Amino acid sequence: MTAHEPNLAARSNEPIISYRYDEHDRAFVRARVAEFREQVRRRLEGALTEDEFRPLRLMNGLYLQLHAYMLRVAIPYGGLTAKQMRRLAEIADRFDKGYGHFTTRQNLQYNWPKLEDVPDILEALAEVEMHAIQTSGNCIRNVTSDQFAGVAVDEIEDPRPTAEFLRQWSSLHPEFSFLPRKFKIAVTGAREDRAAISFHDIGLRIVEDANGARGYEVHVGGGLGRTPMVGKVVRDFVARADLLAYLEAILRVYNRFGRRDNKFKARIKILVHEIGVDEMKRLVEEEFAAIDRGPFAFDADEFARIAAFFAPPPYETLPGRSEALEAKKRENRDFAVFVSTNVAPHKASGYAIVTVSLKPIGGIPGDASSAQMRLLADVSERFGFGELRVTHTQNIVLPHVKQDDLFALWRELSAADLATSNAGLITDIICCPGLDYCALATARSIPVAQAISRRFQDPERQRLIGELGVKISGCINACGHHHIGAIGILGLEKKGQESYQITLGGDPTFSASIGELLGPGVTAQEVPGVIENLIEFYLSQRREGERFIDLWRRLGHARFKEAWRREGEDGVDI
Amino acid sequence: MALISNGAFVEDGWRRLSDEEDLPKGGKCIVPQARLAEALKVLPSGARLGVRVENTADPAGLVPHFARLELISIAFPAFSDGRGFSLGRLLRRAGFTGELRASGRLIADQILHALRCGFDTIEVSGDIASRQDQAQWTKALSAFGAFYQQGYGGRTHILEQRRKAAR
Repeated sequence: MTAHEPNLAARSNEPIISYRYDEHDRAFVRARVAEFREQVRRRLEGALTEDEFRPLRLMNGLYLQLHAYMLRVAIPYGGLTAKQMRRLAEIADRFDKGYGHFTTRQNLQYNWPKLEDVPDILEALAEVEMHAIQTSGNCIRNVTSDQFAGVAVDEIEDPRPTAEFLRQWSSLHPEFSFLPRKFKIAVTGAREDRAAISFHDIGLRIVEDANGARGYEVHVGGGLGRTPMVGKVVRDFVARADLLAYLEAILRVYNRFGRRDNKFKARIKILVHEIGVDEMKRLVEEEFAAIDRGPFAFDADEFARIAAFFAPPPYETLPGRSEALEAKKRENRDFAVFVSTNVAPHKASGYAIVTVSLKPIGGIPGDASSAQMRLLADVSERFGFGELRVTHTQNIVLPHVKQDDLFALWRELSAADLATSNAGLITDIICCPGLDYCALATARSIPVAQAISRRFQDPERQRLIGELGVKISGCINACGHHHIGAIGILGLEKKGQESYQITLGGDPTFSASIGELLGPGVTAQEVPGVIENLIEFYLSQRREGERFIDLWRRLGHARFKEAWRREGEDGVDI
Repeated sequence: MALISNGAFVEDGWRRLSDEEDLPKGGKCIVPQARLAEALKVLPSGARLGVRVENTADPAGLVPHFARLELISIAFPAFSDGRGFSLGRLLRRAGFTGELRASGRLIADQILHALRCGFDTIEVSGDIASRQDQAQWTKALSAFGAFYQQGYGGRTHILEQRRKAAR
């Protein structure tokens, strides 16, 4: 970092809590904005056909949806500063309808931008070191990671330096920008997987070898969509210095041999499935051995330069137990509930990680108004070094809050309808935009999420049910991750009617599994009742401490099917 | 077809030979890969020879002939089909030093991708050339000053610049 950077000089008293662009990053993003402005102009002039323009705009995050364009802004590995969050709010007010939608890829979508405004929006993003590069298109997409990176108690290493390294390597890659299909990479550095790495084209898990050297366990070929697959480990350990060379090898094999005859069979998971994981390993190893690794070596100095941006902020020395927190919990029951559901333990003594739910009862999962974004920016500065994270479950995390401050924070959040105590519970639903917005959707998903949320709104009952992932997609492309919900809901269209299939047993973590179909589809109105019956069955059968997914694994799918049918006969109309 | 070199439309000195045409004694023709063996046999060793291949070609089949090949033209049947970029890379890695040509439906926005993967020239269909004039290809050439990726040619690397600054 150099002193002549004006932004840094102005912020010199603030702790550095995220990667900051240097002149090269800044020049690159500016060039990309200028290039896109030119592409828009050439499209309007006719130099580019619509077919040619389409992939170019997609690689800049711009989709054409049902009613309008949609712009997907990259939030690399989910990290945001307060300043960036405020800018997202400003853009929402100036160019959209005053809100934004946080997605399962830790990104933000604007649903109503005008094509001619998009270059200006990209310009406004570039001013705060943001962009929409490669949030769509058949290229390496925005890299995702653990929302608790750097603060989780179960972490081996902060995955963000790796993720940032990969963001740079994948940006406008000369060889891998016209792949058979999109390509998603996720990184985790923890013992528990909060980034669903088994369901990415490449999942990277930071591990240590016998000598304590850091490297990566590499999973390939995971994914959701119409053919859900759990990624396979192609290598237990890739040394850090070889990571880029190894990824180049995988991408080259995929670029050459991935199917291009059918877009539904074009993901790397299908290649791995068709040739088998052993053949895939052989091809990758052969290519890896042939690469001159020198130019690709994961540069130790560069890695250290990037890692320095993610050093812990200046924590105070605090006792592990906050008496102020304990007193407030005793005084205020709602607050105590919030702490039990939305607050996670932190690496640093006396601090906590707060998950701010974007799933108010009956609300649209993942939506935030510009006022809420501003409030989140403000509280992150007052209580958490100005840092925020977007989770793949469509919530916001404040990663470093003093336990002593939790009550004050909770009061601020409550006033803005941001203190719903449901993180990880049945109403913390992952949901795609569905037929209300999306051109691909076959059914609505938001109203179904809202109905389930209302049905299970009683906080006592939610906590009684415990940890449970409900995930809803409005078509087989599975943006709402239904395959990996302990309860998954898939909206389809049958003879002009919306019909919802329910699956059980999905698991996004290291114990990854794909949900199994419960039975024939039901109507939107019937979904909450069916879930009610499944929950009743679960509560009647579970043992002490047994989660829904645990019970499903113990009893087996058939017992749930039976229970569902029986309930169906004398209860709900299904 | 139009030929682009260094961002400018240029005359093509090479002749694309069809499947039926006789091999010209003097050479300077680009034969389809299916006729490569025949051309190597019939043409004198000094004759200038190029070959055009599909983007699915196995580089190993071309390596033994590098000494006789002055040009390899790789098909880009659609601009969204990036296989040719990998094939170009592999041919360069295997030691091909002649003219590497991308032929088909690339658009101006891809000129830097092609150059960075080791291509020298781009040959595009007439309809693309008529919509995208020389000015657009030239402009696209300088859209970016530097890139992140190491190990790819043709442009400044950001990492190298960072290293220089740190010294």
